[in-house]
Amino acid sequence: MSSRETVLGRVRRALADVPRTEGPDDVPVPRRYEHTHMPTEGPGATGAPVDLLAENLIDYRAVVHRADADGLPTLLCRLLAERGSTEVLVPPGLPPWWLAAADPVRIHDRAASTPDELDTVDSVVTGCAVAIAETGTIVLDGSPDQGRRRITLIPDHHVCVVRVPGQVVASVPEALERLDPSRPLTWISGPSATSDIELSRVEGVHGPRTLEVVLLTE
Amino acid sequence: MSGRTHLGMPAFPEAATSATRDARLRRNLRHATGTIRAKRAEAVAELPDWAELRAAGAAIKDRTLRHLDHYLEQLEEAVTAAGGTVHWAADAAEANRIVTELVRATGETEVVKVKSMATQEIGLNAALEKAGIRAYETDLAELIVQLGDDLPSHILVPAIHRNREEIRDVFRGRMSRWGRPAPEGLTDDPAELAEAARLHLREKFLRAKVGVSGANFMVAETGTLVVVESEGNGRMCLTLPETLISVVGIEKVVPTWRDLEVFLQLLPRSSTAERMNPYTSMWTGTTDSETADGPRDFHLVLLDNGRTDALADTVGRQALRCIRCSACLNVCPVYERAGGHAYGSAYPGPIGAILTPQLRGTTTELDASLPYASSLCGACYEVCPVAIDIPQVLVYLRERVAEGGEVTVRGQRTTIRPARGHAAERAAMRAARWALDHPGALRAGQRLAARTRRLHPRRLPGPGRAWTASRDLPAVPAESFRDWWRRTRDDRAEGDRR
Repeated sequence: MSSRETVLGRVRRALADVPRTEGPDDVPVPRRYEHTHMPTEGPGATGAPVDLLAENLIDYRAVVHRADADGLPTLLCRLLAERGSTEVLVPPGLPPWWLAAADPVRIHDRAASTPDELDTVDSVVTGCAVAIAETGTIVLDGSPDQGRRRITLIPDHHVCVVRVPGQVVASVPEALERLDPSRPLTWISGPSATSDIELSRVEGVHGPRTLEVVLLTE
Repeated sequence: MSGRTHLGMPAFPEAATSATRDARLRRNLRHATGTIRAKRAEAVAELPDWAELRAAGAAIKDRTLRHLDHYLEQLEEAVTAAGGTVHWAADAAEANRIVTELVRATGETEVVKVKSMATQEIGLNAALEKAGIRAYETDLAELIVQLGDDLPSHILVPAIHRNREEIRDVFRGRMSRWGRPAPEGLTDDPAELAEAARLHLREKFLRAKVGVSGANFMVAETGTLVVVESEGNGRMCLTLPETLISVVGIEKVVPTWRDLEVFLQLLPRSSTAERMNPYTSMWTGTTDSETADGPRDFHLVLLDNGRTDALADTVGRQALRCIRCSACLNVCPVYERAGGHAYGSAYPGPIGAILTPQLRGTTTELDASLPYASSLCGACYEVCPVAIDIPQVLVYLRERVAEGGEVTVRGQRTTIRPARGHAAERAAMRAARWALDHPGALRAGQRLAARTRRLHPRRLPGPGRAWTASRDLPAVPAESFRDWWRRTRDDRAEGDRR
């Protein structure tokens, strides 16, 4: 007997108390929790999700900037210059105008690029798939303006552009509705951190130690 | 090296006795658990619907467990369709064999690991070491434990028993044996320690060809695996290597994509007391184009190792709801004083006290002692995000240890005998049962006890001494309740009846 049969057989014997007629959907799951915790209309309104997103990002030590389409190229130029970056990783589908004013050399993530090569690049600029206000989270799904997961991991400085208000949702349930599970997803809430030393939070371990989020007004 | 296991650990009372005499350990634990307790309460209070999320989390897990065979088959199909390979392991030895062979097939002799309770449970690192494969732990706390040739003592923060000075000493003394040495003049500043870990592990991440992980959740309908972490070491191990092997307990499956909306709210706030942990990775099989994102080969090892035995127990089954947040450890007065090592398994604290005896059985003295490693104060149940009634299961398991009874061991129904050393307890229970069945004898006994109350000792003699070493015997009242009732109410009751 294969281990598959062994394990499944044990599971079925263990569940002898479950009536044969009961189907998985017959077990009730009460979903009385809120779909979002921030009503934006009516008496309980708590302001725009974009503002809460900014607040929560800052709370977890991300650096937040705001820009419109006219100001974005100069802002990105400034952020890279302040960092002293001479090279910047760019995903294949990053809108070229975003970096139109930036000086650093654009590095592309190719199939042959090794992690060691990418490790020499200072910064990366990407878009995102969705941002969650209540938790201060940005989610990347590998779309052309975000690139492969490794390019937002190896450089120490990640600049992520969020189009607001279109890409911002209030809550985790709203984010999952928008995301495609078949894509590789990375949820990012602030820079890399650890609580492993005396359970105190320290920012900066293996992922980018500086996360800058640009809220781009559409 | 990381060959240390929990084998041969003494029973909880002995281990706890020596742990509680370690003033430094107690100070470290009190500081760390106190910090996280307050933060967790704040993070939970932010969500007014916490009780509803908790109820939904418990119900989703119960639905999964009651139809686990269905969801495992669905998961297997989805993972396979997405390009992954699914393996089944009935026990630890089989899981270790599967992983060892998968690593060998790549021709590599080292792997990078994301912190994983399942691989800790099965002793994977020691098994790989025997096969000449070096496993590098990459979570900061796991690194501290591995470099220090130590054992983990907490689910979330395995090095919680170490303070910053001890961590600095471990880094200074041991890093060079494993790779890049600690920077010159390393201090005990947590930021510097984190930087030292970053530098030490970086070369390993960048050259790694094989990654080994666990998973927090597996979505049956989509075949998606989810790893929740903070440092980015998880992302490194999950995306840079060419081969990824994930060892995951069969109870980690959840039915639908939507179900994640419950657990991704419950888990971070319960474990690190954050609105959301810094990094969560989700992947579904492999992507097989030229510019594939992540590993080309993905293997999922589904681990039983006693889980189906726990599943067979309709009371103990709820322990399999656990999402390994560790909130119960942080609030437990016993854990805070005894520390995690005393529990003698990968799962310390209240959840370990009910999970370990179910996964491993209660045949060793250590495992039989675990259900007693609690004061039954109930704080663990209060904070559990999936509402596991830990005190209920503790009491239930105590009964099983003392009385014996029907259990499932490695899939076989069997009757275990009462544990040795509980004879006095059983005799007392038998005597109580007889007395309660014989009201006349009970009344006579109570009157006798009341009349002799001045002569009662404060401490029990003989085998009862241990019980009263830390407790006073309850004082016997001058008059029993039954006598008092009869004296004060019987007249009226008689009158009513007439």
